Amino acid sequence: MPRLTAGERHTVRFTLNGRAVEAQAEPRMLLTDFLRHELGATGTHVGCEHGVCGACTVEIDGVPARSCLTLAVQTDGASIRTVEGLAPEPGRLSVLQEAFRRHHALQCGFCTAGILMSLDNYLRRQPNPSEHELREFLGGHICRCTGYVPIVAAAMDAARRLRESPSDV
Amino acid sequence: MKPARFDYIRAADLAEAHDALAEYGNDARVIAGGQTLMPMLSMRLVRPKVVVDIMHLPALRGIEAGGNGIRIGAGVRQAELLAWPGLAEHLPLLNAALPWVGHAQTRSRGTVCGSAAHADPSAEIPLCLLALGATIELSSRRGRRRVPAADFFTGMMTTARAENELIEAVHIPGKQAGSGCAFKEFGRRHGDFAIVACAAIVTAASVRLAVGGVADKPVLRDFAIDDGKPLDEALDAFAWALDARDDLHATGRYRRELVRQMGRDTIEEARRCHA
Ligand code: FES
Ligand code: FES
Repeated sequence: MPRLTAGERHTVRFTLNGRAVEAQAEPRMLLTDFLRHELGATGTHVGCEHGVCGACTVEIDGVPARSCLTLAVQTDGASIRTVEGLAPEPGRLSVLQEAFRRHHALQCGFCTAGILMSLDNYLRRQPNPSEHELREFLGGHICRCTGYVPIVAAAMDAARRLRESPSDV
Repeated sequence: MKPARFDYIRAADLAEAHDALAEYGNDARVIAGGQTLMPMLSMRLVRPKVVVDIMHLPALRGIEAGGNGIRIGAGVRQAELLAWPGLAEHLPLLNAALPWVGHAQTRSRGTVCGSAAHADPSAEIPLCLLALGATIELSSRRGRRRVPAADFFTGMMTTARAENELIEAVHIPGKQAGSGCAFKEFGRRHGDFAIVACAAIVTAASVRLAVGGVADKPVLRDFAIDDGKPLDEALDAFAWALDARDDLHATGRYRRELVRQMGRDTIEEARRCHA
């Protein structure tokens, strides 16, 4: 049986934003630290580090999840998307990111990466959400700056634009 | 906020998981979705020597509906159960309660059995398992047994699981024909643990109410329908019997009041969907 010894570093491989990556992790290393410190993908933020704030939300195998509640070694072989993977090409933001900018849906930006990852996934599954549903889904995130109003406005706006031209990302 | 060191064992079959639990007992912790274990590890409330990952065991992955009810394996995530097409028909109470479990972003990984294993007194899943008369299937190198939820939850985050045992599944009786059910919860914010949560199941002959968040485990009461006593009196007696305490979130008195009011509302809603 695969057994990874405490205190030693083990190779973890997964797909990050479509690219195969690998690095070393102790069994106890959180996925957040693995992404940020081992892979240099610092777009994912760390707030509470115990699952409450949502700042660290990434997509693991197609679903939004807390990377601080995940061990790096659990994700061996997984497919992971982070905020670095949202922009369709260098120099161009995604429809959702662009809407965040237009609506001033971020101030300090600490919560933003997590919220974007949640909403990006959500809007693909639910292209026509009601504001109520959207707010319920956003309940998994804490933003200390905006009061959520511009975040909701940005998400509703992005949803509308994506419905109108579904080929955009 | 970082876990202490542990060995990580990715069990490839049940025997390997059983062996690890037999060898390490209380020094082992099972990880499935990790949504309750990870915070405990990070806050170092638990410091196991080994963490045994059971998510690679195909035997634990399924939801099976059979003549005796529904079996939900230890690898089934809460989001998976919520998306199960049979949920509203076979398990209407869980259909109502699951959206209250954490957030979409934690249900995506958290498992049904993991919540049962954690046994938080205000968690929704243990409450529903108790109300529905579910049994917990435990296995070890020595064999297998099934424990009714009423005996399984023994107190604050403690269960009848022996230290060498693995929760393999929960078995829930399917919806009884002609029964109605309802779930209600009061908390500060949606997704928080409940201050009080109520689950009611009503048939022509019985009224059952289970309450979470008040005592050190979910508690169930079957009310006799026509013993002459009005329901409010019976609810009041139940509320006092729960021995509610004051804490950071609410006073004991406030909790009792919630049991009386929300308990009645939940029962009435269950009656309406029974009618
Ligand atoms: S850092 Fe992961 S939820 Fe707060
Ligand atoms: S923009 Fe500062 S926390 Fe959300």
